[in-house]
Amino acid sequence: MSENVEYGGYYARWHRPRVSRLWWLRRRSYLVFVLRELSCVFVAWFVVFLLLLVHAVSSGEREYQRFLDLSANPWMLALNVVALCFVLFHTITWFALTPQAIVVRLRGRRVPGRAILVLSYLAWAAVSAVMAWVILG
Amino acid sequence: MSATAAKRPIEPFLWALFSAGGVISALLVPGLLLLFGVVLPLGWVDPPDHAHLLAVLRHPVTRLVLLALCVLGLFHWAHRFRYTLYDGLQLERHKELIGLFCYGGAVVGSFLAAGLLLQAM
Repeated sequence: MSENVEYGGYYARWHRPRVSRLWWLRRRSYLVFVLRELSCVFVAWFVVFLLLLVHAVSSGEREYQRFLDLSANPWMLALNVVALCFVLFHTITWFALTPQAIVVRLRGRRVPGRAILVLSYLAWAAVSAVMAWVILG
Repeated sequence: MSATAAKRPIEPFLWALFSAGGVISALLVPGLLLLFGVVLPLGWVDPPDHAHLLAVLRHPVTRLVLLALCVLGLFHWAHRFRYTLYDGLQLERHKELIGLFCYGGAVVGSFLAAGLLLQAM
C-alpha cells in the first residue's frame, strides 16, 4: 500500500449499508409511502379495464352486455372497490403535493398553496360531473 | 444539471410523463372507476344503452382524452413502479430488466390503446 493515497470525492460509494427488504413495514409513515406508490398499479389496472370497455363497446351490443356481466362478477367488483380506494388515495395525495411541487404566480404574487388545493378539488368535481353527465346522458 | 440527469438525458422527459399521468389520472380515474366499476355493476344507476355509449366513444374529443389517459397513465405507472421495485424490494441491481419491463410495458400498452381507440371509428 502506498503512503500517498489520494482521496477523491467519492467515499459515499464505498459505504452501502444493507437495508432489509421489509423496511417499509417498520413505520406507519413508510407503509403509507409504499401504499401511495403502489396506487400506480391500480391506475394501470384501470387502463386495462377501460380498454376492455372500449373494445366491448366498439365490438357491438352483445359484447357490451358481456362486459357489464363481467364487471358485476363478485371478484371483479371486489378488485374494482380496492382499486377505487387506491386511486382515491392517489388523487388526494397528488393534490396535497401539487402546491409543494409548483409555484403559481399571478400578477407577480405567489398564489397560496391552499388556493391551488381548493382549485384542484373544484376541477376534480367539475371534470367528474361532466363525465357522468356525458356518459349517463 | 445534476450528474444523473446529465448521464441519462431521457430522465427529465420520463419524469414529465409521470407527472402529467399523475394529474390526468387523479382527475379522471376515480369518477370513471366509481361509475363503471362500482355504481353500474351494483345496479344503483341503469347502465347507458349501447348506442349512446358508442356515439360518445366515436366523438374525436372522447377518443383523444381516453388516449391521453391511457398513454400518460401507463407511463405514470411505469415510472412510479420502477422506483417502487428499486426501493421497496431493494432491486437496484436489476435496473435494466426493471426499466425494460416498466417502460416497455407502457410503450406496448400505448400502442394497444391507440389501436383499440382507432377501432372504435
